Amino acid sequence: MGRYLLSLQRFWATALAGQLEYQANMLIDLLAMVGSLAGSIFVLSLFFGQGRELGGWSWEAALVVQGIYTFLDGVSSTWLRPNLSAIVTHVREGTLDFVLLKPIDSQFWVSLRIMAPAGLPEMGLGLVLIVWAASRAGASFSLGTLLVAVLMLCVGGVILYALWFVIAATSIWFVKTWNATEVLRAVLASGRFPVSAYPPTLRLVFTLVLPVAFLTTVPAEVILGRAAMQMLVLGLFLAVIFFVGSRAFWLFALRYYTSASS
Amino acid sequence: MKIAGLSWPVVRALLASQHANMVQYRAEIALWALSGVLPFIMLSLWSQSDAGASFGFKGVGLARYYLSAFMVRQFSVVWVVFAFEEDALLGRLSPFLLQPLHPLWRYVAAHVAERVTRFPFSIGIAAIFFLLYPTSFWLPSLSQFLLACLAILLAFSINFLLQSLIAALCFWSEKASALERLLLIPYLYFSGWLVPLAAFPDAARTASFWTPFPYLIDFPARVLAGLPVDFVAGFAAQLFWVALLLPLVLMAWRAGVRRYTAMGA
Repeated sequence: MGRYLLSLQRFWATALAGQLEYQANMLIDLLAMVGSLAGSIFVLSLFFGQGRELGGWSWEAALVVQGIYTFLDGVSSTWLRPNLSAIVTHVREGTLDFVLLKPIDSQFWVSLRIMAPAGLPEMGLGLVLIVWAASRAGASFSLGTLLVAVLMLCVGGVILYALWFVIAATSIWFVKTWNATEVLRAVLASGRFPVSAYPPTLRLVFTLVLPVAFLTTVPAEVILGRAAMQMLVLGLFLAVIFFVGSRAFWLFALRYYTSASS
Repeated sequence: MKIAGLSWPVVRALLASQHANMVQYRAEIALWALSGVLPFIMLSLWSQSDAGASFGFKGVGLARYYLSAFMVRQFSVVWVVFAFEEDALLGRLSPFLLQPLHPLWRYVAAHVAERVTRFPFSIGIAAIFFLLYPTSFWLPSLSQFLLACLAILLAFSINFLLQSLIAALCFWSEKASALERLLLIPYLYFSGWLVPLAAFPDAARTASFWTPFPYLIDFPARVLAGLPVDFVAGFAAQLFWVALLLPLVLMAWRAGVRRYTAMGA
């Protein structure tokens, strides 16, 4: 365990040092982040006005969902996107060989090797939006709800990770997968809105098949103090299934890894 | 006869080779087609909300708008920046520059060939859409269809020129794709890709018509869907943006090639 923590520390320190060489890129990332949040709040606002609600969510409550989406998007740009797109490169260039030879778990290595600090401000902005909107929506922050909210955010993070990871791992067969991740991104964008705003069939899909509901809506419900117990249990259950599934899939995929040019 | 380095055999050879290249990546192109599902997600949201009623967006018209937006994007999406950045960084650009053909034509051919390969997948997605929403089925009249084709072609041209302009900046900075990400944001929100411009508050709509973005999706989609639209103003604006961007691209390109140092080649 200590070895893994030490590795993690080294991974991220070197990644940070590498990224800080590109300061102009950081500025552009920051601008892009503010712009896309402003745009998506603008789109959300079009659904409100004149006392209207979106799937039973008030404007402030829907902003909490938006904040959680922003936070998770920051998590994906900090860890998921850079690491998992690197898997594709490893497979194509055959450098996955070197990863597999290291005396450390390969899934751990490929999932957490890189950290792109560009996503950190987005996570911060998401948190600010969550707290601000939740307090305007009349949420009371007790230690209990806070703990459950953090737990459900972790559940969302794990499900998100597993979805990304499984798609990235298919690169062992298909080599190029970054357009599959584009499809995933497009579908995940549905998490910007509370799941109850969708038609019933889509709601079912977003709860059970592609559990977008557990990424944003359920944590928001916890924060607003209106979560149903069975959803929390279902979320935990799905997170475990997805994580174990991603692990099993990786081990399965590795059996088919034949290395490039050999 | 040669126009801008193009002659008939060159066109044929370019298209044939690029098409052969694209056909290899059919699965990938199918996924690209699928990654444009966002309008359908937005449509399902609007269909559940009564907010659309206030600006006359309800039911069949809205469904047709979003399907048209999807189709327009299928045929006007451009990735010159990424292809060019890779070519410039890997030094593949140098042999292209030696040929008596403007390298941008190569990218044009790649896009045209990709459209041909993508076509069946786009149609397939549209067919599934009609199966799910049978009431929204429509076939545009011939004149409508031709006008829509023209609008989409112009939208593609504006898109292509905008991206080529950014791509030309690769000559000065190695990371032009970061700029493309900045451009993508107003594109997402002002083009009508997520929300038809009719849903915007008046001030935002007026402001967005000063940008090229509404003419990339909203205008062609309205033409294709048969929604009320000002044809003259729309086509005039599209032509204006092409006329503005084309000389800029050529100038930036010429200045850039002079700076080009064939790094890595």
